[in-house]
Amino acid sequence: MADTERDPRPDPIEYDGPPDYRVVGRHGVYPETNHDEIARFNFLAQMNRHLSTKIMPGVGEAFDARVEPTFKKKKKRDFESRHEVRKALLEDPMFQWWSALRRATMETRQQAGRWVTLRQAEELNAKVGELTEGDERLVLDPKFKQPRSTEAIDHHCMPGSYHTELVPGDITGPANYDAGIFATTGGMLGRYNDGGGVAVAEWVKKTFGDDFKPKRILDIGAGLGHNVLPIAAAFPDAEVIAVDAGAPMLRYGLARAKSMGIENVTFIQDDVSDLSRFEDESFDWVQSTMFLHETSYKTMPMIFAETQRLLKPGGIVLHVEQPQYADTMPLFEQAMRDWDAFYNNEPFWTKMHEVDLDEWMKKAGFGDNHLIHGGVAAVVDKDVFPDAADDDSEDFGRKAAWHVIGAKKVA
Amino acid sequence: MTQTIDPIALAGSKAKGKRPWFLENPDIERVMNINLALIQEVAVMHERMDTIERLLERGDTVSKASIDGYTPTKEEADERGMWMQEYIARIFRIIQQDREAIARGKEDSSEDVAEEFAKT
Repeated sequence: MADTERDPRPDPIEYDGPPDYRVVGRHGVYPETNHDEIARFNFLAQMNRHLSTKIMPGVGEAFDARVEPTFKKKKKRDFESRHEVRKALLEDPMFQWWSALRRATMETRQQAGRWVTLRQAEELNAKVGELTEGDERLVLDPKFKQPRSTEAIDHHCMPGSYHTELVPGDITGPANYDAGIFATTGGMLGRYNDGGGVAVAEWVKKTFGDDFKPKRILDIGAGLGHNVLPIAAAFPDAEVIAVDAGAPMLRYGLARAKSMGIENVTFIQDDVSDLSRFEDESFDWVQSTMFLHETSYKTMPMIFAETQRLLKPGGIVLHVEQPQYADTMPLFEQAMRDWDAFYNNEPFWTKMHEVDLDEWMKKAGFGDNHLIHGGVAAVVDKDVFPDAADDDSEDFGRKAAWHVIGAKKVA
Repeated sequence: MTQTIDPIALAGSKAKGKRPWFLENPDIERVMNINLALIQEVAVMHERMDTIERLLERGDTVSKASIDGYTPTKEEADERGMWMQEYIARIFRIIQQDREAIARGKEDSSEDVAEEFAKT
């Protein structure tokens, strides 16, 4: 050997995958998990990671090598829309297998989480019942009729969606959402699935400074409140109101918040396109986090108008979402981002992402010079969880990094 | 009468909304789904075996409670995660090779090469 100085051993491969599920934060109403149930979530987190880093890149390679050239040869022109791209991809085996596996992994994740929560439904429901019974911070409307937009289809393939109760007082739906989102995101949202909310709270403090002291904050489409709790914790003197259409989410949300020691959030069941229960100019901050895609094209202008009405002069509205399909975004990327819309029961995702949000905000009455744009990535304990800001992999629509679009109401 | 929940029946409930199928033959996709469930269960069994080994190495007793209560150190968790990555990569080898085939473009078959060298 000529080169005797050199250590022939390669550097060991550094592990950069999802952490073990046991790092999740267990609040007072978190479902219990035994060894094998945890192992299932571990497998699913790794499977999602494999899909996004090892299989999905093959779709782009197949698109460049055969899907696009075949289309151009046949049609003698370029693709004209993301839907045309998607339909061409549907014919390609790499897209077919990635999609079949991704859908199967989603369904398997739902089954894993549902098993965990349904087997202990009685205990979980009782625990949440005890924590919320008679508490004024839970305002449910027994006559509430689910809007067609939430009732027509089970969103992101979550059986029962956000609103179904299998028995009166059932919260197994949100408990499943809470316990399994680790597997869907590979741990990207942090210990309490709150990396998005922590990022928003930090971004607001940095952007608006110490002068911004909101007294009243409204979170719309709050779900089980995992995104709003860090905001409530960051502004402990504020009165925070979380609104959602799903009663189980709100019930679980209040119990979860209380068990985590966060006491300044009230959970109210209502339709966010009509918030007439609240007075004009009664909030300093209206927030939505990964919610706009769950609402419909038809209701979005109503929501924007409501936020304008509800804000006090000088108040801010912020919507945190995946990026819009601007003309500068390649059609292939748009088609890939549309996957959840067509194949993961997110029907409003596609239309919502083509809206010119700036224009819609202006139409709702916000001034051109008072629009707000920014970007946030999930803030997590980096010693334990993967850091979305440092992660260069792309999981079209799933990455824990978002755009902020908002506005300040003129004082 | 109180309503009861049957977890075995309901865990695998279908989400409301027509299911999309991607493979040309839906029966192959059904078999793939069954396979994925089995792949998951093999991973679960392996993790359980690994836990038992590590409990024994620590000199702990092996019982249902100690298995359920086991928490890996960061180093152990990374080793287990690495095993899982290697395991999944092994299972989906054929897709890795499909990607490599795309990258290589047109390749000769062994028959093509045999023919080529069969001529004098």
